[in-house]
Amino acid sequence: MKRVYVNEQWCLGCHLCEYNCAFANSGETDMVKALKDKPIYPRVHIEQSGDITYAVSCRHCKDPLCVKSCIAGAISKQDGVVKIDKTKCVGCLTCVLVCPYGAVRPGETGAASKCELCLENSCGEPACVKGCPNNAIVYEERQE
Amino acid sequence: MSRFVIIGNGIAAAGCIEGIRSVDKDSPISVISAEKHKVYSRPLISYYLEGRTSLEKMNYRSEDFYKKNGVQLIYDTAEMIDTKKGTVGLSGGRSAAFDKVCIAAGSAPFVPKISGLDKVKNKFTFMTIDDTLALEKSLKKDSRVLIVGAGLIGLKCAEGIFDRVSSVTVCDLADRVLSSILDKDCAQVMQKHLEKKGIRFMLCDTAERFEDTKAVMKSGKTVDFDILVLAVGVRANTQLAANAGAQVDRGIIIDTAMRTSLENIYAAGDCTQGHDSSVGTSRVLAILPNAYMQGFCAGVNMAGGESSITDAIPMNSIGFFGLHCASAGSYFEKGEGEIYEQKSCGGIKRLYIKDGRLTGYIIIGDVTGAGIYTSLVREKTDLSGVDMEELKKNATLAIFLPQTRRKKLGGVV
Repeated sequence: MKRVYVNEQWCLGCHLCEYNCAFANSGETDMVKALKDKPIYPRVHIEQSGDITYAVSCRHCKDPLCVKSCIAGAISKQDGVVKIDKTKCVGCLTCVLVCPYGAVRPGETGAASKCELCLENSCGEPACVKGCPNNAIVYEERQE
Repeated sequence: MSRFVIIGNGIAAAGCIEGIRSVDKDSPISVISAEKHKVYSRPLISYYLEGRTSLEKMNYRSEDFYKKNGVQLIYDTAEMIDTKKGTVGLSGGRSAAFDKVCIAAGSAPFVPKISGLDKVKNKFTFMTIDDTLALEKSLKKDSRVLIVGAGLIGLKCAEGIFDRVSSVTVCDLADRVLSSILDKDCAQVMQKHLEKKGIRFMLCDTAERFEDTKAVMKSGKTVDFDILVLAVGVRANTQLAANAGAQVDRGIIIDTAMRTSLENIYAAGDCTQGHDSSVGTSRVLAILPNAYMQGFCAGVNMAGGESSITDAIPMNSIGFFGLHCASAGSYFEKGEGEIYEQKSCGGIKRLYIKDGRLTGYIIIGDVTGAGIYTSLVREKTDLSGVDMEELKKNATLAIFLPQTRRKKLGGVV
């Protein structure tokens, strides 16, 4: 299946992916209204190692530890996509405790939040990829 | 075709069902449930009292879970396992025949013998939905609550009921709160936070006798209460396995494939004692993720597949009144290795580093990225290829060598 991958040699560290992600998942139609003067809770984040920057988001693991560890049964894998049912999540952050990529984070409401590939928001495809100015994040099928 | 029977209907049982079905789509599965509830998340009972979830949302799986998986759910109590006949005897003389059985019987609250306890009217344990509903019924705005036990269960109960009662006092014989997951200094950070919220503690002290609604403590102090919650600890339900002749210690002894010492009998979850890879010994690891994974592993093996768990470690994520705490692995005394400490506003982080490995950690406060530390503990990662300064500062993938990081982010994992 298609996943989000990062080409760290192209990443400019501009953080646009974070803003595009937060906007796509905000439910708002106006980016300024969605993001201005507010703390944002993007589901992708930029990390830095020396001069290198790169984006980190959910890997949608083959055998996801977060799904097996969720104490509320709120995380499931459907058609290859790891999803969080935010109405069931109580914000215990056991998924944060077990994710080896640091890709699950507490969201705005306290419930855990992570990349769900924008498949169910108005963007319809990963907004981080769509808005990346230098093709540093791609959405593609790769060999297992 | 095999006949599968699962004794118990908690998280390990759900894992076992899904494990069996990942290999065998057709053979009949019977689940014996002593509680008259479909599988639900026990750790959510305090969130229910707090109003942060509902009975319906506490269901661990969807409404059609049993039907979809071809499971016959039997509300009954398993009383004995007849290994010769291959049957599980149920109350009232019925029985369920099996080729492979998984004991996922969980644990039960340990109720200490305390003089006068039998005469205390409003006393509760805090483990099941039924316990919770019974406790909820007795909660009144002016109730004074005494909780015996400052562990995970006792403190989660304290948080859950805090806004619904007049006062909450927690006592524990231990010298600190959460003694199973926190070292002494970190426990103090959490205790201070809880005290600030209004919970009263009596540590190194416990109820020695009860006189109606008064507890006389070991220290000689007295506590007047309306409601008593007993959260001293839990004991693995091992009796069924022991009576059948299985090897039992503090839990039912299992190997890395979830086999007990008896043929065709597997066990999973809080009733078991298995390999704790963080210390290399056999221990009861009664945590929910472990229950699911053990159940799944047992199910795969029961159905003829191959699975084993060799990297189980203690780990916990829990929060109280908005302050989170993540911990994993094992700790050691000062001098046995390096204990890195970083204090933040209202929080603390401690990394236990020994022989070039992260053996354990505790974070109270911002737990972002904690899973990266957990993976270093679980995988016993050799830290020689890791940027130690970066590791101490932040839990990010920047701690790894570039090639390791590129593999993690550029490949299918």
